[in-house]
Amino acid sequence: MGSGDSARRTVDAVWRIESPRLVAGLARMTRDVGRAEDLAQDALVAALETWPRDGVPDNPGAWLMATAKRRAIDGFRRAARLEAIGAELAAARPLPAGERAGDDDLLALMFTCCHPALGVDARVALTLRALGGLTTDEIARAYLTSTAAIQQRIVRAKRVLADAGVGFAVPDGDELPARMRSVLEVVYLIFNEGYAATAGDDWLRPDLCFDALRLARTLVALAPREVEAHGLLSLLSIQASRIGARVGPGGAPILLLDQDRTRWNRLLMHNGLASLDRALALPGPAGPYTLQAAIAACHARAARADDTDWVKIAALYEALGTIAPSPVLEVNRAVAVGFAFGPEAGLAVLEAAGAPPDFHLAHSVRGDLLSKAGRNEEARDAFLAAAHLTRNERERELLTRRAAR
Amino acid sequence: MRFMMFIKIQPDLYDAEQRPEDFERMGRYNDELEKAGALLALDGLQPESAGARIEFGSGGPTVVDGPYTEAKEIIGGYWIIQTKTREEAIEWASRVPVNAGEVAVELRQIFEMSDFPEEVQAMFEDQNPPEQPASTL
Repeated sequence: MGSGDSARRTVDAVWRIESPRLVAGLARMTRDVGRAEDLAQDALVAALETWPRDGVPDNPGAWLMATAKRRAIDGFRRAARLEAIGAELAAARPLPAGERAGDDDLLALMFTCCHPALGVDARVALTLRALGGLTTDEIARAYLTSTAAIQQRIVRAKRVLADAGVGFAVPDGDELPARMRSVLEVVYLIFNEGYAATAGDDWLRPDLCFDALRLARTLVALAPREVEAHGLLSLLSIQASRIGARVGPGGAPILLLDQDRTRWNRLLMHNGLASLDRALALPGPAGPYTLQAAIAACHARAARADDTDWVKIAALYEALGTIAPSPVLEVNRAVAVGFAFGPEAGLAVLEAAGAPPDFHLAHSVRGDLLSKAGRNEEARDAFLAAAHLTRNERERELLTRRAAR
Repeated sequence: MRFMMFIKIQPDLYDAEQRPEDFERMGRYNDELEKAGALLALDGLQPESAGARIEFGSGGPTVVDGPYTEAKEIIGGYWIIQTKTREEAIEWASRVPVNAGEVAVELRQIFEMSDFPEEVQAMFEDQNPPEQPASTL
């Protein structure tokens, strides 16, 4: 391993810590997240050229910012729009020399990357890149796609933001709740892609889970009065606490009720339960993430699977169904009702759920309830249907095994 | 990966005047860690006199009250952080605002279950019940 390698890794480390505030500060200056992101990348290239040679500066964040600003001003000059831009820059709140972008800028960056003008895939890619400090290669690996595809997604996203004249601000008043929902959803989707991979051979991609957790923690620190931000952090922390127990030898998935609970990470679980308490203590109603966190907490508090309070979980699913109804939720409610009130009651909920015929989980839950009700023939057919429908190789193996029993 | 960071201090620091500006600088640093989403836990530790040391000799455990040795440095507090790389943890550790009487920050990586060989992991295992599907949540 050469010293070039270790210098590169040091630059990467500094980059991961500094880039969100760097992009946020530049976006405030240019009012254009796409441009800010490009300038930040230029500064990264400059750092990779000079730091391995001259050493890492004392204040690497300020160095990156100064370098990017210089490039920005050169660019403005080249574009011969200096006068117009100069006036705009004078009107913007200037960043004090050596000062890093403030919390409001970081929050504005989150809202802009998750702007509804963008498609969901674009929001995810832009958020991981600008706020998570991931490279396009890393995002591509996480999403099992090519670097070129992610690159293209990000370029298009930047263009959409520029064309839509989205600007750069924390939304206020009436607009805030819907925009906050979008930020929460993006973080949740990133986590879920890591937690229950929709495709490929791995059942879990923990790195992506931890990227999402990091974003959720940042969001809570920046918007501490937001009930659902605490709810989301709680949900993700409790789910992440199970990561070490979710995969068996050879990478086979281990489902919640089969997991060795002594392997759940106590610190993450504790943090998750504390976040739930904070969410519930804040004024304002519990939203869908807080309710899901409350369900996750019921599992977390049960020392053994047999201790699970299924009646409470079924009630929480019912509450969730009144604010965010969905067939997926009804399928989960069927599981809880099945445990709380017997398999036939669960099947009744499932029949009424209206799950789409190609939803594999509905078939696997149905198989489970049928086998508990002693209807083994029907159960086998349901497991086979589920195995046929899932796109995850590991899950297919498990379902096929169950059908053979 | 998770790391524990220890701040090592001179034992007599507990007797020194606490300066508000030192607390402020440390507070700003902790805030930075939190807003970067890297912080899992942190605490400051009381002096050795508020604890005890249990020594295990041939006659079993013996409780010893502090201070224990002429230590140059003792642990004054800790953080648990989560980072993507070892270098990132080192970067955070090197940003701790060290004040007078604080001599070093020590960084230790935390074992994950996956760091152990399979047979050791198996020793931690419960008897697993038969498979049943769980909810996605």
